[in-house]
Amino acid sequence: MNGWIFILACLAILIWVALCLAYDKRPRFLRPITTITVLCIWVAALWTLIRRFSEGLGAVTGMNDAAPWGLWIGADVFAGVALAAGGFVIAATVHIFRIERFKPILRPTILTAFLGYMLVAVALFIDIGRPLSWWHPLFMWQHHSIMFEVTWCVILYSTVLAIETSPPLLERLGLTRLLKLVKITTIPVVIAGVILSTMHQSSLGSLYLIVPGKLYPLWYSPLLPVFFLISAVAAGMCVVIVESFFSAKILKRGLESILMRDLGRAAAIILFLYLAMKLADLAARGSLGLVFEGSLQSRLFLLEMLGGVALPAILLSIRRIRLLPRWLVGASLLVMAGIVLNRVNVSWIGMSVSDQLHYIPTWMEIALSLAFVTGGTVIFLLAVHYLPIFPETGDEPAETRPNPLSPGVHSTAPPSKAAAFRGLPR
Amino acid sequence: MKKVKHTTGTSECNRRQFLQGMAGGTGLAVLSPASVNANEPEYAETPSVLVDVTRCIGCRSCMRACKQANDLPNNTDLTADFPGSWDQADLRFDQWTVVNPVKGRKADGIEVTRNIKSQCMQCLEPTCVSVCPVGAMTKSELGPILYSADRCIGCRYCIMACPFDIPKFEWEGGMWAVIGKCQFCAHTRLAEGRLPACVESCPTGALKFGRRDTMLFEARARIKTQPERYVNHIYGEYEAGGTAWLYLSDTPFENLGFKSDVETAPMPPLTWDVLSKIPIMAAAMAGLFGTVAWSLNRREASERREASETQEASE
Repeated sequence: MNGWIFILACLAILIWVALCLAYDKRPRFLRPITTITVLCIWVAALWTLIRRFSEGLGAVTGMNDAAPWGLWIGADVFAGVALAAGGFVIAATVHIFRIERFKPILRPTILTAFLGYMLVAVALFIDIGRPLSWWHPLFMWQHHSIMFEVTWCVILYSTVLAIETSPPLLERLGLTRLLKLVKITTIPVVIAGVILSTMHQSSLGSLYLIVPGKLYPLWYSPLLPVFFLISAVAAGMCVVIVESFFSAKILKRGLESILMRDLGRAAAIILFLYLAMKLADLAARGSLGLVFEGSLQSRLFLLEMLGGVALPAILLSIRRIRLLPRWLVGASLLVMAGIVLNRVNVSWIGMSVSDQLHYIPTWMEIALSLAFVTGGTVIFLLAVHYLPIFPETGDEPAETRPNPLSPGVHSTAPPSKAAAFRGLPR
Repeated sequence: MKKVKHTTGTSECNRRQFLQGMAGGTGLAVLSPASVNANEPEYAETPSVLVDVTRCIGCRSCMRACKQANDLPNNTDLTADFPGSWDQADLRFDQWTVVNPVKGRKADGIEVTRNIKSQCMQCLEPTCVSVCPVGAMTKSELGPILYSADRCIGCRYCIMACPFDIPKFEWEGGMWAVIGKCQFCAHTRLAEGRLPACVESCPTGALKFGRRDTMLFEARARIKTQPERYVNHIYGEYEAGGTAWLYLSDTPFENLGFKSDVETAPMPPLTWDVLSKIPIMAAAMAGLFGTVAWSLNRREASERREASETQEASE
């Protein structure tokens, strides 16, 4: 019960903070409250960590032998990796396909992916039962295991991301020779990154190929690796959109609105592809009837597919909506929520027999997960502050207009929609 | 089956001798184990146990013997009055076999209570071995699946993947938690030519140890001679590609809580079919992206050169 109150409270705070940021209504007391909330989360997370390492996973998590993987795997690792997919998509777009106009968002995207993978690595370290043996897969090979592939991909791709992230740091430190070396090797490194990402994203889905009798048929499919990869690509793009929007907001810089629109359109296409494949797969396996059977699984599946895939896909494919940054960001947030729900569904709800849940996350698991998100955000903001991550300006310098979030789109947008925003409490 | 005799007192025991001893120890094997239609001939010699559910009285001697033989703590009350007054016992990382009374309905609708022993089924093609990233789960030469904590990283994929939900995790273990499951006494008793502790302790002959083909033969013989007593199903013959533990029952297995949705094909190919294609896919992607990047780069470079040349020309 306590857990649920804690979840709801945290969600409410997160939504409130996001709304305040999105609508640029920062009450004077928001800043201290945000800081206090974040500090509370970190203290709770620290407490969780101490108890986890001294008393074991059973003391702090709701996991048990019937549900061996919990929130840390489902939300932090699976969803975290999916949300970091923007890194390889944008890197490939710029360096392999030479679409250079995406260059302004390359560095922040790569940085996000790098931080995401670092957090995933830390989450894995905390979650495995024998943390100090984390290096075993490097030397004790068992190449028949998907988990072996996953481990290697995490380690290798983190290395690749570290190399891809290094130029801003090297620039700041003035290590020109090293910087030159990194620049020469860019393309091979990016290609390696794309391959490793593709393998890694899909292999997280492959992990579940081995449980045809356990994973609910709405999610189990021989195509799981493909679904994981495709959905991650769409979600990764949406992360880039959301991140550009909020960093423009927080850092008071201009917005790359044209790039964001293009990304939104690409994400819509991929989401429609995903939706079509998912439907075809369900039909081919004769599981379409399960969608409307009314069980917990079917409801969450509907929520995931309608709210996290179909609705944002429709929104993002409408040009007028793409022109409104807030709608664009709203739809992207839906996609992100949808993919988190999908990964949690696969790892938790879908693995539960019938309506009986074997596992309920504890408040400590949630606190640590929130600590990852907030910690990652703080590190990102610090890095952006001290390193040359963002280009000097976006579409136009932020100073020239009072609200950096409306880069001249109000003229093209129907006035009614703009008015709808003003209706929100200020 | 009678106790294996030939190896007593000798520490040197190779597999062939041991198995020959096993075959010689049972009268049925002499009949002709080769004629038995084992689903996989290569697993005919795997040490196996036939559990006759109808013969189990639920005394839990096997649980006690298992704890003793494997130095596991005795944390389940096994001293309560027999029969049936004790609590439900669950498999734990330090409790590798349990016997529980299970209520189930026979095919003719009569409700009965049967004592069901659970432990690792010792799959012939084990899922846990295939999913373990570090080879902490291994199939021994004899057949039983062994666990090595020295290699384990505690990822719990074996627990997730096991079609019978057997491996258990030490949730209270801080930094060095372990996985626990029945290892068929392979390193200790089998290697010395002795029976697994549970089989040896069984007072009613509900557990019978022998070569897998012999046990299948025995099971079929029992079904054939007493068709009114047994359901015509040997649980473990085909489940998950076949297991070393085989069950006979008078009540349909799904009514007694046995997993009825286990695939009959071996599980490891489900992931290996994908995994084995990865090198080719990676090479193809490297070639594709390399070509694209190289050609686009070259075109850009030549465009840049042309642009500068025209600029020079115009100047």
